[in-house]
Amino acid sequence: MIIKGKVWKYGDDINTDVLFPGKYTYTVTDPKEMAKIALEDLDSEFAKKVQKNDIIIGGTNFGCGSSREQAASCLLYAGVGAVIGKSFARIFFRNCINFGLPALTSPKLVDSVEHGDTIEIDTEKGTITTDKGVFEFPPLPNEVVGIFDAGGLIPYTRKMLGIE
Amino acid sequence: MGKTFSEKILGKKAGKPVVAGEIVEIEPDVAMSHDNTAAISQSFYEIGVDKVYNPDMHVVILDHATPAANSKFAQNHKDIREFVAKQGIKNFYDVNVGICHQVMHEQGHVWPGAVIVGSDSHTTSYGAYGAFSAGIGRSEMAVIMARGKIWLRVPETIKIHVAGKLPAHITAKDLVLKIAKEIGADGALYKAIEFCGPTIEQMSLSGRFVLANMAAELGAKNGYVAPDEKTLEYIKSVTDKEFEIVMSDDDAEFDQIVNIDVTNLEPMIAKPHTVDNVCPVSEVKGTKIHQVFFGSCTNGRYEDFEDIIDIIDGRKIHPAVRMLVFPASMKVYKQILQQGWVEKLVDFGAVVMNPGCGPCMGNHAGILADGEICVATSNRNFKGRLGNNNAFVYLASPRTAAWCAVKGEIADFREM
Repeated sequence: MIIKGKVWKYGDDINTDVLFPGKYTYTVTDPKEMAKIALEDLDSEFAKKVQKNDIIIGGTNFGCGSSREQAASCLLYAGVGAVIGKSFARIFFRNCINFGLPALTSPKLVDSVEHGDTIEIDTEKGTITTDKGVFEFPPLPNEVVGIFDAGGLIPYTRKMLGIE
Repeated sequence: MGKTFSEKILGKKAGKPVVAGEIVEIEPDVAMSHDNTAAISQSFYEIGVDKVYNPDMHVVILDHATPAANSKFAQNHKDIREFVAKQGIKNFYDVNVGICHQVMHEQGHVWPGAVIVGSDSHTTSYGAYGAFSAGIGRSEMAVIMARGKIWLRVPETIKIHVAGKLPAHITAKDLVLKIAKEIGADGALYKAIEFCGPTIEQMSLSGRFVLANMAAELGAKNGYVAPDEKTLEYIKSVTDKEFEIVMSDDDAEFDQIVNIDVTNLEPMIAKPHTVDNVCPVSEVKGTKIHQVFFGSCTNGRYEDFEDIIDIIDGRKIHPAVRMLVFPASMKVYKQILQQGWVEKLVDFGAVVMNPGCGPCMGNHAGILADGEICVATSNRNFKGRLGNNNAFVYLASPRTAAWCAVKGEIADFREM
């Protein structure tokens, strides 16, 4: 899969509360409405301007904090094609995979790209191409790649249980 | 080479020896969910399964906005009540019991050596009793309902060895904030933390709970304290469950060993907006505050009340401050009622609320206004936490928070 999009770059420790504020976790449930509040407390322009397949880049500990799945799903609903960080918080990483949202670790790339750059991810080759060069990211573990390929944990489980 | 606690317990569950880094699929002993059970039930039905695989594995506890803050929360609670009734989930605790992580151990759903997952990040808490417990996402809980299994990566372990005698009234909260300052909010990313050493051995179960609970704020998958006599005495008072204690081998391989000496530890505070933005209270003293939030799964237990009562007894709250008090559970509520502490809190000028998460994640019951500053005994001070992204949250121990309520500003109780 090729994902080509514009970079939205932020810093370290992007937490789940700025990705999807806690006050909305039980009141905003419609995907279209969820997309509108993505990153509300970090960058109020994001939800208005994000384009299909745009890519969010963070530093270390991307997605720290709550277990709330909406921190990942709201990005997907907003059209985000992938998230890239120097490192990911564990539950957020799992939530991304479980929604089929690529969460890629590439510290060197994070340091080299700027807000607004256009980059291209090749999920099969494990590469990210920018105007500064080609960067690699480690593949998903074998045990988990099936979840991602099925489009997320729920479709994967349906397939596994033979429910079509 | 010996194995760590996590390697041993996950290996036991997987039915084969495992090492850190490996991914295993296991059946947890207990799976906890809270107000997010309504959303989980929708994903469960989306899978196309009608009956929960093992209803007895699940514990459902309402705490995130209790009683319901508006009709949406009310509908959410209603959907959950209907779901647990339909699926025969007997371990259901409605709005009148308490915060999920407190209720879990009070009601006997935690024991040493258990593997527990919960759709809440602070599920790490039960490691205080020697369990392996980790937070998971909603979809993962839905899949556990459908097929009883989850994949977990066996974590590497950081050993945090704590020595020295804690100075008077310095608590586990001050210690864990100090640890956050030392290793950072990502210091234990993906890893387990084993808290050990003489200071931990001396520490109460309530204090150990604070460490395991806040392990989540250090990025950890799980926190752990080896069970001892104190643990066993308590666990046997809440459950008849038979269990086998699992501990790290003496020659286990640890990823990192951090040594902390608490002999000169001061009251610590985390400044806005990250948990590792920590300094001694003395460095920020004089900062005017508007609210004190006492409670949460981190610090709302009996021992925490002992600390605040010691401070507020015979004093009056600063006129510019509101203090909101949330006992961690009805059990704790009854204890403080019996002690006459609720009356003392009311006389002081605090608002005593019902057990629950309160304003912790900004749902209701004490949201801040623009520009306001709150000292909280909870676990997160992210921007927007407590419901307003133009407000500021400082994290501290119960004793520090109570003294701030008296003074109307951030203050060091040692200068009392």
